[in-house]
Amino acid sequence: MPKNSEDTSTSEYPSLGKIMSRIGSPAELEELRKGLQAERDPAKPRITLCGGSACLATGSKEVAAGMEAELEAQGLSAQVDLRKTGCRGFCERGPVVVTHPDESCYLQVEPGDAPEIVAQSVNGHTAIDRLLYTDPGTEERIQRESDIPFYKHQVRRVFGSNGSIDPKSIEDYLALGGYSALEKALFRMTSDEVVEEVKKSKLRGRGGGGFPTGRKWEESRNAPGEAKYVIVNADEGDPGAYMDRSLLEGNPHLILEGLAIGAYAVGAREGYIYVRQEYPLAVENVILAIKKAEEYGFLGTDILGSGFDFTVTVHQGAGAFVCGESSALMTALEGRVGEPRPKYIHTAVKGVWDQPSVLNNVETWANVPLIINEGAEWFGEFGTEGSKGTKIFSLVGKITNTGLVEVPMGMTLEDIIFKIGGGIPGGKKFKAVQTGGPSGGCIPEALLGLEVGFDELTEAGSMMGSGGMIVMDEDTCMVDVARYFLAFLADESCGKCAPCREGTGQMLKILTDITEGRGREGHLELLEELSEVAREASLCALGKSAPNPFLSTLRYFRDEYEVHILEKRCPARSCKELIAYHIDPALCRGCMQCMKQCPADAIDGGRNRIHVVDQEACTKCGTCFEVCPARYDAVRKTSGEPIPPPVSEEQRIIVRKSKET
Amino acid sequence: MDNDSIDQIIDTHRAEPSALIQILLDIQAERRWLPREALERVSERLEVPMTRIMHIATFYKAFSLVPKGRHEIHICVGTACHVRGAERVLDSVEDLTGIQPGETDLDLKFSLETVNCLGCCALGPVMEIDGKPHGKMAPAKIADVLETYA
Amino acid sequence: MSATLLQIDGKQVEAQEGMTLLEAAQGAGIRIPTLCHHEGLEPYGGCRICMVEIEKRGWSKLVAACVYPVEGDVVVRTRSEKIDLIRKTILELLLAHAPDSPGLLSLAREYGADKDRFEAQASFCVHCGLCVRYCSEIKKANAVGFLDRGKRREIAFIPEIAAAECWSCMECFALCPTSALQAAYVWVNALVPSLPHVEAGSER
Repeated sequence: MPKNSEDTSTSEYPSLGKIMSRIGSPAELEELRKGLQAERDPAKPRITLCGGSACLATGSKEVAAGMEAELEAQGLSAQVDLRKTGCRGFCERGPVVVTHPDESCYLQVEPGDAPEIVAQSVNGHTAIDRLLYTDPGTEERIQRESDIPFYKHQVRRVFGSNGSIDPKSIEDYLALGGYSALEKALFRMTSDEVVEEVKKSKLRGRGGGGFPTGRKWEESRNAPGEAKYVIVNADEGDPGAYMDRSLLEGNPHLILEGLAIGAYAVGAREGYIYVRQEYPLAVENVILAIKKAEEYGFLGTDILGSGFDFTVTVHQGAGAFVCGESSALMTALEGRVGEPRPKYIHTAVKGVWDQPSVLNNVETWANVPLIINEGAEWFGEFGTEGSKGTKIFSLVGKITNTGLVEVPMGMTLEDIIFKIGGGIPGGKKFKAVQTGGPSGGCIPEALLGLEVGFDELTEAGSMMGSGGMIVMDEDTCMVDVARYFLAFLADESCGKCAPCREGTGQMLKILTDITEGRGREGHLELLEELSEVAREASLCALGKSAPNPFLSTLRYFRDEYEVHILEKRCPARSCKELIAYHIDPALCRGCMQCMKQCPADAIDGGRNRIHVVDQEACTKCGTCFEVCPARYDAVRKTSGEPIPPPVSEEQRIIVRKSKET
Repeated sequence: MDNDSIDQIIDTHRAEPSALIQILLDIQAERRWLPREALERVSERLEVPMTRIMHIATFYKAFSLVPKGRHEIHICVGTACHVRGAERVLDSVEDLTGIQPGETDLDLKFSLETVNCLGCCALGPVMEIDGKPHGKMAPAKIADVLETYA
Repeated sequence: MSATLLQIDGKQVEAQEGMTLLEAAQGAGIRIPTLCHHEGLEPYGGCRICMVEIEKRGWSKLVAACVYPVEGDVVVRTRSEKIDLIRKTILELLLAHAPDSPGLLSLAREYGADKDRFEAQASFCVHCGLCVRYCSEIKKANAVGFLDRGKRREIAFIPEIAAAECWSCMECFALCPTSALQAAYVWVNALVPSLPHVEAGSER
């Protein structure tokens, strides 16, 4: 387990540096909270800096260092709060800085911007124009975070507090009202009442299954068993989805609080958090949060003096997507290989060590304290009949505003992708949006008006899944998308049952053949047959849903499959074996850009000779296509067409008039 | 073979069989691979059959039964990176290093793996080396990046 | 244990609570094909050949008979167009690995499975798990286990244990429906004589 956990809270609030004695009653908690809130002057200048994984990758650590150095140099360390928070969602434009109380939002901040930002936060409140968001249509600069279209249309009930909390601090969480829901549940509600409230809210699992959470809790509550368990599924495996990572990294106490409330409701004394080992920062932050929660008495024995005991252990995954499946996860918790179990007996009744176990996704647990504090009706203010509340989506792929967005259930895909996401970059045309990860499907343009919800997405041939939303444009080949997901699932299959192990392997082989020009009549029928066998006979949901990406792309993009098979052509000009690059001799001006950058040395030419791609040596990497200067636009990408033969040597010589390049 | 550090790791987890995967993760983190002798020690102390340990050591991607290279290259092949061209990046890395995912080169310099989402989708395609993400990768840029690693 | 009444293939069957559908059917003389099932071992549910249709309260689903517990007032069908398609396809997928397996071939004749439908696969093993489970549950020797996952999953012997235990046992050989076990054992046998004899506790 990681040994170095940075503890930054003492530097910000030295008076709290001493270990608090455990809080022994609601009154003591209230006193502590009031004390913390009194220490925080809302008018005091504060600089919040996003430390989410994407912002870290674009240099937020260096920006933080720059800020600290500047504050030190100016002697302002006591006057200005610098808070490193978790992910704020606007990942395309990181590192993100928001200054308070003015709420100015600065994007793509660099360490060199530190002096200006620090100065602005103490002196006037004239925003720094060049770092503000610019509206692509009107060119207008927008200062306040909540006015930026990306944020304006979101409803950030669960994710919003990420921007105000230093995840390594419990005091930030407490000052915002943290652990008040736990206190309310333990002292003012019976465990039955907690279950009822969650049932009333109609909260459905946010991990993919969409099972009614309250019903699952009730089943475990009523099941016989000496020991019961509550488990957080933080094995977020859908590629392109990173909501759970950001929640766990950015606001770990929210999940711990939800988990403790669930334990109380169900009668569990022990909880587990199963986190992917690929998320070391999440592991680190949640272990630190548990330690602090124990110090303060929110976990452990006799919590807040209520007589309720509850401890939480962190268990790391070791790199297997199938362990995100609930019964496989529980098997992994027991120290075994993650092979799923037959689901005839619900894990809510017989789970870890055959004891009743409630497993829920990170985002599901995160909703619980909000429901307990604000009530089931408040929760249901947003959403559709069958899907209440809000959902966090990771909006990625061919999209302008890549990031994490939280929207009410019922918002249309069109609004999410265009109003919040800013549409498709590069002037390209929208083609499809893939939801639900490898178990989901692709939704075409015709269905952009779909209101996002569990049942709505399932009816369209996809599913909600954990919230991955991958946008695809005209350059994406839908047959390749199906092949990609089958490759993923074939690699991740546990291999126990024949329909999945053999079926995904055969489906992958056929789809690979199709994308490489070896498609045949009868292939689609065979794929459909294998799909049915996998769906009906597989042991677990991985196998049963493995055919979904193929079936949904076949449903909406059948013509693409047929063209690949019958014409050996890729309409999106994406499948490597079916495309070719050549240089149009009428447009080439001999600039040598493509020649110099071709990784395969496959271009012949010179300063005054038209360049020609050697088709035998070409690896189809596409570099020439990308680097040819826009004013020449001489490289052509084709599929299914014969390449025109190269022009003669004399014709290749470029005659330049003087002073013309 | 130094059994002491292996025993220490086992003791941290109180030699509980349910902590088997956690113990192996700690050994992998410390040694950069799972030596056979270490696995035999774990089998002995946890009283768990070697078949179970070997299955776990090969089932989960985090473990390696051979030593990893000095620098670990992870190419993200998550869906967002995929639609932005991650396959071409992977092809180029394979060409330049001479190894396939799951392999280590003979100099023990580079180990190559594919990963399914590093959570930096805004920077796709992403190539992560020794935990440091290199964003907006393209086949033409790979050689320069790899050259910076000794 | 109380008795449970259910219908299997039109026949009224009385079963004990705690039984599986497979046990109930066998008790009533109704045959359901299996591959990975063995009387003396825990039910595995891996081959999926025993899938049957169960109908209750108006809706129906497919379940693996070897692991599904009996329920009262249900209607079970052991054959249908869908079930037959599933069995046929699974057989074809497995025959690509083990085209000479007598057990698979005889089932193939019954379900019209074509052993050459899919391209021949390199490995004999059909993952019934009988060898692994037998060695673990009955012999408690754990000399053979699975490695890896998905298509790369395979059986393998632990050389040291195999060297000590298997010569005098070899009981799993009779259970293997294909040539896989023999192949794996022969491989280990070739390795074993070349392993140096190691005293317990010494450095290698």
